[in-house]
Amino acid sequence: MTSIDESDKEKLRSVSVDLNNDTALLIDIPDALCERDKVKFTVHTKTTLTSFQKPDFSVPRQHEDFIWLHDALVETEDYAGLIIPPAPPKPDFESPRDKMHKLGEGESTMTKEEYTKMKQELEAEYLAVFKKTVQVHEVFLQRLSSHPVLSKDRNFQIFLEYDQDLSVRRKNAKEMFGGFFKNMVKSADEVLISGIKEVDDFFEQEKTFLLDYYSKIKDSTAKAEKMTRSHKNIADDYIHISATLNSLCAEDSTPNKKNLEKLSDLFERLRKVEGRVASDQELKLTELLRYYMRDIQAAKDLLYRRARALVDYENSNKALDKARLKSKDIPQAEEHQRQCLQKFDKLSESAKKELTSFKGRRVVAFRKNLIEMAELEIKHAKNNVALLQGCVDLLKNN
Amino acid sequence: MADTARDPPPDRTDFHEVEDGEDLFPEPSAATPESTSAESQPASLSAVDISTNANGPKQDSFFDDDNEDLFAVEATEEVSLDSPERDVLLSDGPSPAITPITPPTSVITPRIGHTHDVSYKKLKIEEEEGGDSFDVHISVSDPEKIGDGMNAYMAYKVTTKTSMSLFKQRDFAVKRRFSDFLGLHSKLASKYLHIGYIVPPAPEKSIVGMTKVKVGKEDQSSNEFVEKRRSALERYLMRTVKHPILLKDPDVLQFLESTELPRAVNTQALSSAGILRMVNKAADAVNKMTIKMNESDAWFEEKQQHFENLDLQLKKLHASVESLVCHRKELSVNTAQFAKSAAMLGNSEDHTALSRALSQLAEVEEKIDQLHQDQANADLYLFSELLGDYVRLIGAVKGVFDHRMKTWQKWQDSQMLLQKKREAEAKLQFTNKPDKLQQAKDEIKEEIEELEGKVQQGERDFEQISKTIRKEVSRFEKERVKDFKMIIVKYLESLVQTQQQLIKYWEAFLPEAKAIS
Repeated sequence: MTSIDESDKEKLRSVSVDLNNDTALLIDIPDALCERDKVKFTVHTKTTLTSFQKPDFSVPRQHEDFIWLHDALVETEDYAGLIIPPAPPKPDFESPRDKMHKLGEGESTMTKEEYTKMKQELEAEYLAVFKKTVQVHEVFLQRLSSHPVLSKDRNFQIFLEYDQDLSVRRKNAKEMFGGFFKNMVKSADEVLISGIKEVDDFFEQEKTFLLDYYSKIKDSTAKAEKMTRSHKNIADDYIHISATLNSLCAEDSTPNKKNLEKLSDLFERLRKVEGRVASDQELKLTELLRYYMRDIQAAKDLLYRRARALVDYENSNKALDKARLKSKDIPQAEEHQRQCLQKFDKLSESAKKELTSFKGRRVVAFRKNLIEMAELEIKHAKNNVALLQGCVDLLKNN
Repeated sequence: MADTARDPPPDRTDFHEVEDGEDLFPEPSAATPESTSAESQPASLSAVDISTNANGPKQDSFFDDDNEDLFAVEATEEVSLDSPERDVLLSDGPSPAITPITPPTSVITPRIGHTHDVSYKKLKIEEEEGGDSFDVHISVSDPEKIGDGMNAYMAYKVTTKTSMSLFKQRDFAVKRRFSDFLGLHSKLASKYLHIGYIVPPAPEKSIVGMTKVKVGKEDQSSNEFVEKRRSALERYLMRTVKHPILLKDPDVLQFLESTELPRAVNTQALSSAGILRMVNKAADAVNKMTIKMNESDAWFEEKQQHFENLDLQLKKLHASVESLVCHRKELSVNTAQFAKSAAMLGNSEDHTALSRALSQLAEVEEKIDQLHQDQANADLYLFSELLGDYVRLIGAVKGVFDHRMKTWQKWQDSQMLLQKKREAEAKLQFTNKPDKLQQAKDEIKEEIEELEGKVQQGERDFEQISKTIRKEVSRFEKERVKDFKMIIVKYLESLVQTQQQLIKYWEAFLPEAKAIS
């Protein structure tokens, strides 16, 4: 991974910062369609590489295609020593959809205005989920395109270029690999890697760190999500308060009417700010944590693979000893052991590089997002102060 | 989650408002000395039977126009000392001219130990000097648990600070318990509601809340309960004394001044009086449905509609604000949890600068969670409780309108009865029993005279209550607008403070985040 200077970092808007700045291969998702549950992404590629047929092209892709690509990469032995970027999560519109449903049921208890506002809020939420899922799929591809090894992957190229439905290929792939390796890796759980006698300090440290960090960041992600939800609930309450104040205002024929109007207006604006606080916190904090939680899982997967290779090597040692004892098949055993060692060494070397750059990436991303979050919180709070103070002054002078 | 007990917010004792110099009874001001001569029956009033019934102001002599100024907050005119009506005002017992009207809240509270003598002498002197402008400040504080177990109760200190000569001292305090407040309200309600005065309702009972306190559970919810109650009692008293009539009521004065107050046992839900109350309430509800009043006065129709609507909207607003309180508390809890989680994450992080930043983030979030908690308290004690109070107050207003209906009904009933008797009298002319005739005729004549009196009285009562209600409603609306504005401004200022604090915290965090390298 190349180091990035300050100005480049500012341009990038995703949680992972060092992407899509290599003009040799530029990928983005300029738009997407949402049909019921299915999202169709338009993957657009601009490239100067001759390995591609055209310099500028687009293809439609579904979420399942991304998963196929991810799995294919995981199952490729050559990449065992790399951190495979985590697969993007499935688009989840369940939450806004449920809320929309509940809103429909409660329509009769609200004024028309209230209902319209709540609906707007939900539509905004829906849109936010949509934007998030596009971003997360985009980031996945960009991680690949900026990786020196992965960007050259054949499957990756197919994914970008193949102008027909990938589902046929997907089925074939499944049959070929049968998800075998993946299952192996998954079932080789923490017992395996914690049980291995580690010879290398670096990996020992990394192992301890990653295992611990993973559980902590998972917890933080969940708690951050709850915080965001509370903010959203408060924004909703403001809508109801504003609407009722409006009704009171409509009924009032005294000079108090103006006060009620101002108050109703104030709460309407407050809820917009509160809504933005919620969504900014979500993007900068919750999504950051969530992304790195998944990335750390990918790093853990790398450690599993290395551990497995170590186990293989140790087994091959044992086999060699046995062969020497029996004085049978010694050359094969020796060859097998040599291969295992070579594989393990290669894996370890690559893993070390990957893990080091991963840390760098993580620190940079956290810094960027925490700064942005703090700045946004300040901006929103200042906005609130202005709104509130304005209303207080108006009320006092009336 | 919040293990540390949060202290209830500081005493909010700024309900003191000096009333503007406006005369709340803007009737053509006839100087009151005239009123004595305008009195229709001064003599008969001194022959009042002092019974132990609810004592209300005497309807008959008092609500003639000229006497209005007696109740003015600023009685700038001299009121003659020896007007017999003064004595009548303060003693017990209804005036003889009033037919025993059983007020709907007909709980006859046994009056034990009157200390009227002292108080009304004071009133006499005070009125002679000319009344003073409203200057009473009441605070309810220092909730103290007395006793143990199920017989335990909370005692509150009621402190009055005043410069009005209505009171014996300028600065004094007494200890009262919740049932004392309920007893006061019950007395005031029985005296004034049925003649059209909007008596502020007392805070509600809460069996759940009190049981927790009795059992000795010292947690956040029971602390909140006590604080809610304390604050509500304070607002209740302030509202009561702000009412110019109620302020001068001997029961109110006794409540504020006497060290010892007889226990109001009839306020308990399960007492015989309590059950009687419930029965009466049910009877009322039925009656209300059956009375069909011909509303000739558009003002009343409009106002009734207005209050119905206000009732609806305030209830809705109250519910939304309660939801806001709940969600803000949740936000506080969730933020605290996140803070802890972020701290752990920071500890786990092996990059030093990032680790420090994460720990700082945790600290910021912890401070913010306290902010949210405080804001939730403001949401509750300022906004939510205000709305709750007004929902109950509007209930009292609606009750007063109902009383007017009942008064009207009574009048109509008397009229109908009179009609019947007149018809009976006419019929008598045609009977053929001469010996019994004269006797019957005399009887009927008597009854008719009596009924005519009743009808006249009924009409007067109706007109009086209508007039009173008009004044009361106008006063109520003014108060309501003032009250709301003041508290809303306070509430908004609390929101401003929270946001300003947020700015401070995040601005302090920003350099930490930038320091990550």
